[in-house]
Amino acid sequence: MPHNVLMPALSPTMTEGKLAKWVKKEGDKVKAGQVIAEIETDKATMEVEAVDEGTLGKILVAEGTEGVAVNTLIAVLLEEGETANDIKTDAAPAPKAAAPAPAAPVKTVTPANTQSPAPQKTVALLPQKSVAPLSQQGGRIYASPLAKRLAKERGIDLSRVTGSGPHGRIVKSDLDKAPVGVAPVKSASPTSSIDAKALADAYGIPYTLQPNSGVRKVIARRLLESKQTVPHFYLTVDCELDALLKIRKDLNDGATDFKISVNDFIIKATAAALVKYPAANVSWTDDALLQYTRADVSVAVATPNGLITPIIKDAANKSLKVISNEMKELAQKAKDGKLKPAEFQGGTISVSNLGMFGIREFSAIINPPQGAILAVGAGEERAVVRNGQLKIANVMTVTMSVDHRAIDGAVGAEFLQIFKKLIESPMSLIL
Amino acid sequence: MTEQDFDIIVIGGGPGGYVAAIRAAQLGMKTAVVEREHLGGICLNWGCIPTKALLRSAEIYHLMHRAAEFGLKVENVSFDFSKIIERSRKVSAQLSGGVKHLLKKNKVTVFDGTAKLLGKGKISVDGKTELKAPHIIIATGARARVLPGLEPDGKLVWSYKEAMVPTEMPKSVLVIGSGAIGVEFASFYRSLGADVTVAEVMDRILPVEDIDISTFARKQFEKQGMKILTSTKIEKLEKSAASVTAHIAVGGKVEKITVDRVISAVGISGNVENIGLENTKVKVDRGHIVINEWMQTGEPGVYAIGDVAGPPWLAHKASHEGVICVEKIKGLADVHPLKTENIPGCTYCTPQIASVGLTEAKAKEKGYQVKVGKFPFIGNGKAIALGEPEGMVKTVFDAKTGELLGAHMVGAEVTELIQGYGIAKSLESTELDLMHAVFPHPTLSEMMHESVLDAYGRAIHF
Repeated sequence: MPHNVLMPALSPTMTEGKLAKWVKKEGDKVKAGQVIAEIETDKATMEVEAVDEGTLGKILVAEGTEGVAVNTLIAVLLEEGETANDIKTDAAPAPKAAAPAPAAPVKTVTPANTQSPAPQKTVALLPQKSVAPLSQQGGRIYASPLAKRLAKERGIDLSRVTGSGPHGRIVKSDLDKAPVGVAPVKSASPTSSIDAKALADAYGIPYTLQPNSGVRKVIARRLLESKQTVPHFYLTVDCELDALLKIRKDLNDGATDFKISVNDFIIKATAAALVKYPAANVSWTDDALLQYTRADVSVAVATPNGLITPIIKDAANKSLKVISNEMKELAQKAKDGKLKPAEFQGGTISVSNLGMFGIREFSAIINPPQGAILAVGAGEERAVVRNGQLKIANVMTVTMSVDHRAIDGAVGAEFLQIFKKLIESPMSLIL
Repeated sequence: MTEQDFDIIVIGGGPGGYVAAIRAAQLGMKTAVVEREHLGGICLNWGCIPTKALLRSAEIYHLMHRAAEFGLKVENVSFDFSKIIERSRKVSAQLSGGVKHLLKKNKVTVFDGTAKLLGKGKISVDGKTELKAPHIIIATGARARVLPGLEPDGKLVWSYKEAMVPTEMPKSVLVIGSGAIGVEFASFYRSLGADVTVAEVMDRILPVEDIDISTFARKQFEKQGMKILTSTKIEKLEKSAASVTAHIAVGGKVEKITVDRVISAVGISGNVENIGLENTKVKVDRGHIVINEWMQTGEPGVYAIGDVAGPPWLAHKASHEGVICVEKIKGLADVHPLKTENIPGCTYCTPQIASVGLTEAKAKEKGYQVKVGKFPFIGNGKAIALGEPEGMVKTVFDAKTGELLGAHMVGAEVTELIQGYGIAKSLESTELDLMHAVFPHPTLSEMMHESVLDAYGRAIHF
């Protein structure tokens, strides 16, 4: 009996998505749990797995198709012994884009009007279990009258709120957990209070328009939210790199299966410092200070689509070699737009390094709900004074942006002191 | 001992227990109820229902006295006290039979007897039969609280139970406590002509209600001839053969009142004794079982619902908890914890009282800036036509968000009206949703609309 494969909903509010890629071709054998396709939402590419075993009999939606409605019939799986002739796609019409489908689709039964002697069973795909940021595809959002009003007043974008009421309806209590100040309401958003386009038109300044990608919009939203709601302060420290550069050279000399970068040392030192000094490995919540018991480092990577931060999890317990190779793989995936949500969502601290551009120092915007981000400048030869003597040393300036709600000045400073010590005496990092 | 296995065992067949059992059976679970006395519990046998039957007699009797007002002639109005009581008992019996039928229809096995938890998912019934289930719901209810010196003796000092089945009509009654139970009995006995005194320890009657409502009710009660004493303390009760003299400290003096009967209505306490809690990790705090939002106790697999699990002591709260508890056990997806502020409360005195949510004072105490609407019965056509011009509908809104925080009513039929605000609250309606709703004319419900409008300075008819 052929099984219908439907476009899955990757989040409660997703109504459509892009069928980015078919991983399996027509005629390929598929096992339950195997990835058969990739679907793109506004933020990420999600892999979808087959629920049943079979052969991919027919692909009905070509890869690259945008705006595929949730529950659209996208392919048909055949059981053993069946051929493409068994497919009666017309007997099971694809349901029209319905109201938001449940986030984790389960097996559904074909409409009863199926005439086929062997009724086809409809099989939904299981999305990866990570929760993608809710899409904003314009489907109706179910929210109580009070929730709607509160969202308007507080500047909350309801499409990003998960409802806990009946049938997933958004109720008042859901808004207490929602991020504030990110509604795409013109008057509420300082970025759009002055319309750049109107002004450019008025002043006759020539320009071109590039539509914002989903990733770009998310970056804008998140960073605006961070700057508006997180009280940042900044701590800057210089770290001498000569010892680190020597060890790095010794390690890399002759090695064929890895090449450790200065940034890999920084990732490791950041995590090791957090483990030594957990008071800086925290997130602010209204009820309690969230103290992480593992140090996961988000590393900012520039991609053609914008900034994304893949994560080196538990970096303190990974060797430099492992970190280095993992980072290379993640950076490549990031550039290819292939990161899974689990690879870039989370992290307990961030590192952003603009040293390769010769930037001496800068300060970064915290990536909520994290408590801090390190902005790393270029390592360069500088004149340093030691014991009254002028000397030349390789120096790198690091500026930490800190969420003052969660981390006080002295706590941040003490963390940086430990970090500096690890960078300047890096032997412990290679143990 | 014989042993039987179930998916769920419910201890207690009151409005919490039997509803939980029916819901469990609906969800395909093999369910048992153990009941030691009557199916339907206090509510159906000794509480909500039989008192409503009594109060209905009192109401009709009262209306008969007002017949001339309506152009009717009724002569020699009187009553047969034993028939009033008899009718009340019949109503209870009919409904208790109904519960039995419902449980049977849903294939719930009913065990008559006293259950005792043995630990490890086992209970015994009367120490004879042993039942086993992974989930046990305690729904044993509550009983009248007994204060030292005010112990009911069943003859001169009554609890709700004796007050409901008296053999003769007392000429004078002292009601101690002015909560829902107290004022309902006060109303009943006053309507039938007894001299009624109500003594309350707090500074006002119906202390959980909004102050405007309790002030209004007090005036009405006093107009009917009740004597109301607040900020009192009962020093002692002196019993003689057929009467009781109460020494009541009030306003720095001690007042002596001699009455035929005293009704003690000073609250209730949970039935937590002799049910084997010592064999479990179930925690009890001040007479009630401690539960979380899913009615789970300290012992895995043991749950508690209704009166035994604490206030508000309302049948509909017990039923609702029972359903939530069972649905959570079954693992249904769309289960939500009960919001106390959305549970309406009704008191069937004359005039009736009904409320849901926060009082104005409570709302302010919680830091809300409030908008308050009030609408009197005298401004409502239907109320006038009914000859019920005394009453009030009060609404409390959060000035910032328009959230309906609370609604409080006193007057004819308000107990049948309150669920309108209850629905509004559970749907999280704002003032606009209520203003946009169309209320039918001519009904008492129009006052609910007007009260909302009044909160925003827009009432039409007053």
